Amino acid sequence: MGIQDWTYVMVGLTFSIYIGIAVWSRARSTRGFYVAGRGVPALANGMATGADWMSAASFISMAGLISFMGYTGTIYLMGWTGGYVLLALLLAPYLRKFGKYTVPDFVGERYYSQAARIVAVFCAIFVSFTYVAGQMRGVGVVFSRFLEVPVEQGVLIGMALVFIYATLGGMRGITYTQVAQYVVLIIAYLIPAVAISYKITGNPIPQLGFGDQIASGEHAGRYLLEALDGIHRDLGFPEYTAAFVPGKKPMIDVLAITAALMIGTAGLPHVLIRFYTVKSARAARWSAMWALVFIAILYTTAPAVATFARVNMIETLHQTPYDEAPAWFKTWEETKLIAFDDKDGDGVIRYSGDATLNELTVDRDIMVLANPEIANLPAWVIALVAAGALAAALSTAAGLLLVISSAVSHDLFKSVVKPDLSEEGELWLARAAAGVAVVVAGILGIYPPGFVAQVVAFAFGLAASSFFPILVLGIFSRRTTKEGAIAGMVSGIGLTAAYIIYFKFIDTTAGADAYWFGISPEGIGTVGMLLNFAVTMAVSQVTAPPPEDVQRMVEEVRLPREA
Amino acid sequence: MEGPKPDPQGYWRANLRLLAALLSVWFLVSFVLGILLVEPLNAVHLGGFPLGFWFAHQGSIYTFVVLIWVYARRADVLAKRYGVE
Repeated sequence: MGIQDWTYVMVGLTFSIYIGIAVWSRARSTRGFYVAGRGVPALANGMATGADWMSAASFISMAGLISFMGYTGTIYLMGWTGGYVLLALLLAPYLRKFGKYTVPDFVGERYYSQAARIVAVFCAIFVSFTYVAGQMRGVGVVFSRFLEVPVEQGVLIGMALVFIYATLGGMRGITYTQVAQYVVLIIAYLIPAVAISYKITGNPIPQLGFGDQIASGEHAGRYLLEALDGIHRDLGFPEYTAAFVPGKKPMIDVLAITAALMIGTAGLPHVLIRFYTVKSARAARWSAMWALVFIAILYTTAPAVATFARVNMIETLHQTPYDEAPAWFKTWEETKLIAFDDKDGDGVIRYSGDATLNELTVDRDIMVLANPEIANLPAWVIALVAAGALAAALSTAAGLLLVISSAVSHDLFKSVVKPDLSEEGELWLARAAAGVAVVVAGILGIYPPGFVAQVVAFAFGLAASSFFPILVLGIFSRRTTKEGAIAGMVSGIGLTAAYIIYFKFIDTTAGADAYWFGISPEGIGTVGMLLNFAVTMAVSQVTAPPPEDVQRMVEEVRLPREA
Repeated sequence: MEGPKPDPQGYWRANLRLLAALLSVWFLVSFVLGILLVEPLNAVHLGGFPLGFWFAHQGSIYTFVVLIWVYARRADVLAKRYGVE
């Protein structure tokens, strides 16, 4: 069987499992729909959180990005894992203790204000939509490459699937499908990584392999990273493991971006909402631990995959005559994600850090998908990787759609517009909202506005500068007032959004020289977050303290016991 | 058997001390060892890994997992000790 047949088998099989689980675990109440009846065991919730969190970006793009960035790739590695420490220590147990269903619920009650609740609802919807459009696009790309259907049809197939299990199953269905999707995606990530690690270094554990010696070939016996640094020097790239050399981001920017991604992770509504599904504050702590264990398995493998892919790509293509280029080169060339421009007309591919000499451009997104082909792994492994990429994209999309659905039906309709809505009516509305959200997300995936990709990256800065400070202060400082929180959210997200919009959309020619202290728009969320903290605390000092019952609620939220 | 007398204030103070200690380690491995001191640390090698690079790409993530594990365990102990389970 060829790659395509295998892909049909793998994708068909995994999709049937997801639908089967959705039918088995469908929700019958709003409690089931929003928070899976609060009966999810910590381990299962950890696994579901892992799948929820690891999106098409983690699975498909991240190792590729690291492959081209070397050391600087740490902004993603530490940025997208370190936030779980903040989440577990500062937020998850307390939000779970508070109960209710959503993040805006907490904001609305803690800050005794419908205005604060509505600001939080719109932040949640905005962040989730920008994110979900990227996932649907990822689904489309995988379908078009491996099943050779147009991207649009791929998006439609993905939409139909998510529609079935998100509207039918709600959080309960999503949780258990995410558990299955985690298993699929992690197996799909590890098998090629182990195979390639063994092939290059003779060490089957990728986390150790990329620090090991090369087993055979011209560099045999040298440490892999040392050899890669050497190759980079020869081709005119900055060394792979070097930190703040010319051509890489400066230290201040690495600090700012890492912090923005960490804090943004801890402020993302679709991640926070997962901790409402477990049975107690204690279970919330343990499930955050399991979530990071499951995420760390992929995140510690990714830098190894990045290193192997970098070495493999250069070794296979550099100085190779174009006519003798391997078959995968030609298939990816058709998708325009890899290109050869024979500048000196000698018919030989030359890869170089000098743009005037370089003849090869490779899209960062294809490194993980093409890696098994580059390493000559069997067809079923390649098909498995396609199924894994789909699992990563679909699980994240479903989690995001649920946030949008609950924000509309619960936070806007039930809490603000029509408080006398019946349980049955709310459940029905939640399903309808999820359905509409799927369609909108699909349209954004088929016709991506040019700025979606950029906005996804900025969603973290916006989440970091709006939600995180007021959630933390709401728990750790009784004195924080609604005036403080609203002023803090508005100034934090205002500064962050203004800085991003200025550099990305208004004065696009202004380069790094114009950045404040060298901090790029990707990292400005850290500054916005600090401003939010400062404004919230300052305004809280000069306004009337929160009512007695709110202060009592804060004290109660801090304790793990059940009231 | 009756547990200890509930002491919410005591629990909260102990919890804050625990958080301060764990967050210091969090800051140390990620921002200090992984970023601020990465260049001097890269002069040291751990097998084939420059040490600073290893912290940035591997060590910090392992430490994060351990930190949450320690927290989840210690928080259980504190809840028992101060009678707020």
